[in-house]
Amino acid sequence: MDSKNSTKAKYIGVIGVGSFGAAIANILAAKNPVMVYARKQEVVDEINTSHSAQGKALSVNVIASNDPEHLCKSCDVLFFMVPSAGFQDVVRTFSPFLFPYHLIIHGTKGLCLNLKAGETLQTVKKIKRSQILTMSEVILQETVAVRVGCLAGPNLSKELAQGQPAATVIASKYNEVILEGQNLLRSEKFQVYGNSDIIGVEISGVLKNIIAIASGALAGLGLGENAKGLLISRGMVEMIHLGNALGGSIKSVMGLAGIGDLVATCNSVHSRNFTVGFRLAKGETLDAILADMDEVAEGINTVRIIKAFLETADLRAPITENLYRVLFEDLEIEDALQFLMKYPFNVDVDFV
Amino acid sequence: MEQKYIKHKYEPIHPSKDEWPVVKLARERKEFVKKVADLSENRILKLTGNNPDILKEELETTLYREKLRIKQNPWVVDPDDDGSFWSGVKSSLVQISTETGRSKVKKLQAYKSILNQITARYAEEIASNFKATHYKFTRSVVTYGFSRLLNAARVKGFKSIFSNQYTLQDKIQITGETDQLRDLATKGTVVMVPTHFSNLDSILIGWVISVLGLPPFIYGAGLNLFNISIFAYFMNSLGAYKVDRRKKNLMYLETLKTYSKEAIQFGCHSLFFPGGTRSRSGMIETKLKLGLISTAIEAQRANFENGLNDISGKIFIVPVTINYHFVLEAPSLIRDHLSITGQERYYKENDEFSNSYKISKFLIKFFTKGSDISVSVGKAMDVLGNYVDVDGRSMDKHGRIINTRDYFVSGGNVSVDIQREEEYTNMLGKRIVEEFHKINRVFNSHLVAFVAFELIKKQNRKLDLFDLLRLPEEDITIPYEDFKASCQLVLDRIKELKSQGLINTAPHLSKDMDEIIKRGIENVGMYHSKRPIIQDKNGDIGTDDMSLLYFYHNRLTGYGLEKLY
Repeated sequence: MDSKNSTKAKYIGVIGVGSFGAAIANILAAKNPVMVYARKQEVVDEINTSHSAQGKALSVNVIASNDPEHLCKSCDVLFFMVPSAGFQDVVRTFSPFLFPYHLIIHGTKGLCLNLKAGETLQTVKKIKRSQILTMSEVILQETVAVRVGCLAGPNLSKELAQGQPAATVIASKYNEVILEGQNLLRSEKFQVYGNSDIIGVEISGVLKNIIAIASGALAGLGLGENAKGLLISRGMVEMIHLGNALGGSIKSVMGLAGIGDLVATCNSVHSRNFTVGFRLAKGETLDAILADMDEVAEGINTVRIIKAFLETADLRAPITENLYRVLFEDLEIEDALQFLMKYPFNVDVDFV
Repeated sequence: MEQKYIKHKYEPIHPSKDEWPVVKLARERKEFVKKVADLSENRILKLTGNNPDILKEELETTLYREKLRIKQNPWVVDPDDDGSFWSGVKSSLVQISTETGRSKVKKLQAYKSILNQITARYAEEIASNFKATHYKFTRSVVTYGFSRLLNAARVKGFKSIFSNQYTLQDKIQITGETDQLRDLATKGTVVMVPTHFSNLDSILIGWVISVLGLPPFIYGAGLNLFNISIFAYFMNSLGAYKVDRRKKNLMYLETLKTYSKEAIQFGCHSLFFPGGTRSRSGMIETKLKLGLISTAIEAQRANFENGLNDISGKIFIVPVTINYHFVLEAPSLIRDHLSITGQERYYKENDEFSNSYKISKFLIKFFTKGSDISVSVGKAMDVLGNYVDVDGRSMDKHGRIINTRDYFVSGGNVSVDIQREEEYTNMLGKRIVEEFHKINRVFNSHLVAFVAFELIKKQNRKLDLFDLLRLPEEDITIPYEDFKASCQLVLDRIKELKSQGLINTAPHLSKDMDEIIKRGIENVGMYHSKRPIIQDKNGDIGTDDMSLLYFYHNRLTGYGLEKLY
């Protein structure tokens, strides 16, 4: 069945045409024909007729479909670029059509919960590592595909869309996934690194969103570069400890997906997570902010999950804990900052 | 489920022994050994990148280790010309390196010929000496001898030695997916992976295979077992090939893997103990030796490469657990385990089954007293750990039929990717461990040992494991009622796990708790001179040997039952 298809060039699949999905689809389209998946018929039509997705320009090499089966048959390699909240559902939709020959790379920076039916984060309060799934773990759990990778790094969609130089890291246990990802994505303007610690890379990408919110808050308070330097370095230490507890290696936090992405996001007014923090500090409420954002700020959900995880882990993560109180327990940002300034950190680096 | 174990009579699946792959292999032994030697040579050359300097280094390392082995750890089975062979290798190596003016190509040629001598020697040593006539003979001797002993012991009276009231199947219960195993063995190639607690396992499994009507499996048995003449005879005739744990050099390991892979591809059903060695701690193996498991994956991929896409080229992994009340070697196994983990003493391998007399003594003990054994056969899986249906087709978690070949496909074709297969091997290893835990059958003796140890641990919360094991045995006592309540607690949890399909139990666990405890204490480690559990005149629980108790307790670790304490 598949041997017949291999004679003609296959499409590269991209699931999700948000800003990041569209940017990656365009990079992929420079080398290969791309088929994107969009749920809504009008988005599919828009892409196929006017080569744009909700206003974002797409290469002429990109066609769209809303049929998961068609997409899975036409593609050996699939990029899942959907927000974490809908990730599990989308993967379940595709699961019946995925086979072990599919290579899957995702670019979603978020966590999923693996709870029993009827349980929610509100009811369980505390969660263990086994109740948290990274996106690659979702794919492994829901589908029969095993050759799975993830894409992470300082990749702000707007800059990618403008064709500015950037780099990313593809992490997978399988060298062939890394090599395939590099082949497909690498260009003069886009460098692609490899890493075998997929959990570490995913976790880094997830945790940096927490620090990005805090960074936005500092900027919103009108604080300067000293404060930002402090936050980034202490934030990295927190990421390292949390990353370790969640099963990633220290090295990955030091890499492109960790510190690289952290610095980019903490300095970027384009980042949604940064924006949430910034507007909070300006006095808006979380509900008001979320109401008028068109895409999800992953960091909010991450803070909630990591807070519940901290209840079972033998570990302190002061930035996350205080951010949680700011977001959900009406602690004033100024008070949280005060608390952090008094927090007895006395060792600068205690993880190497 | 089953309240009473039903004795099946299984017809042989291949009625004529000429059709057994293992017989075909034995017929072509010479050609097969040569093929293995040549293929191993190629593999090693590939690993060294055809570089004469690297190859030379590997040869020298191998030579050094082999010389050391001959000097420090010689065994009876070692061939007489071991010394002279390696001296020959040494002088050839010296000759090549002193001769100047040889071109690189010529040097490589010379090293290659030494390499081939070594792989040929290893392949010859590993290869089994299966003889169908011996197999038949051994099988009847084992079955006949065992059942005589059994009847003499169980049915009263001297004449009972000729009674047929009890057969070996009363003693050794075989449960689980036996029909699926028999069926798949006629269609594809089976790789059986049992847990390993005792040296008796090798013979026991051989017997189980023949009772199930399966043709003999080839399996890797520790070369040390061939030191003992009885075992050597049994195992040769059961189709065992030899694995020498002393030889850890690249050339030996590659030859061994090639042998296993080629034999599986040949269609021989195989058996490996994936733990690599007997479980020292008494726990179900959680870390597997992946070397031999990887050969099953490699053979499967090679079959796909050769276009064998139907079931005849499919390889099925069948996990098996062997459950005992009593492990003869327990005292020394746990001692080894503790000295490795505690690093108190230098660890030296010793063999309890050191002579035929000890074994005979054990066998007599075994058959004259009621120590039952059960062997549970798990569901068959493909080499990626997916269950298979009645036709041997792989299914994903949702029951959808999938093609195992797809796992090896890249860009539409089957491709060779060593790193990918390493990951697959890890995955399969994890799946096997998972299955072991699911099909493990809990006995009353496991339950009481687990509870007794956990209660003692609870009484001495502040002590770490090693201090705990050093507690004076006479100070330890658990009131019977506490013990009973605790047994009930654990048993309830085990039953809950069983309802989720995560563990299995022996039928005798449905009896009432006093009975379970009584029998459990009788059974646990029944022939040890120091008993793991004793009861004083008030019925309170104590122990004669904490380490042994720890060993038998470990059988139930890995289920989170400790959390009940």
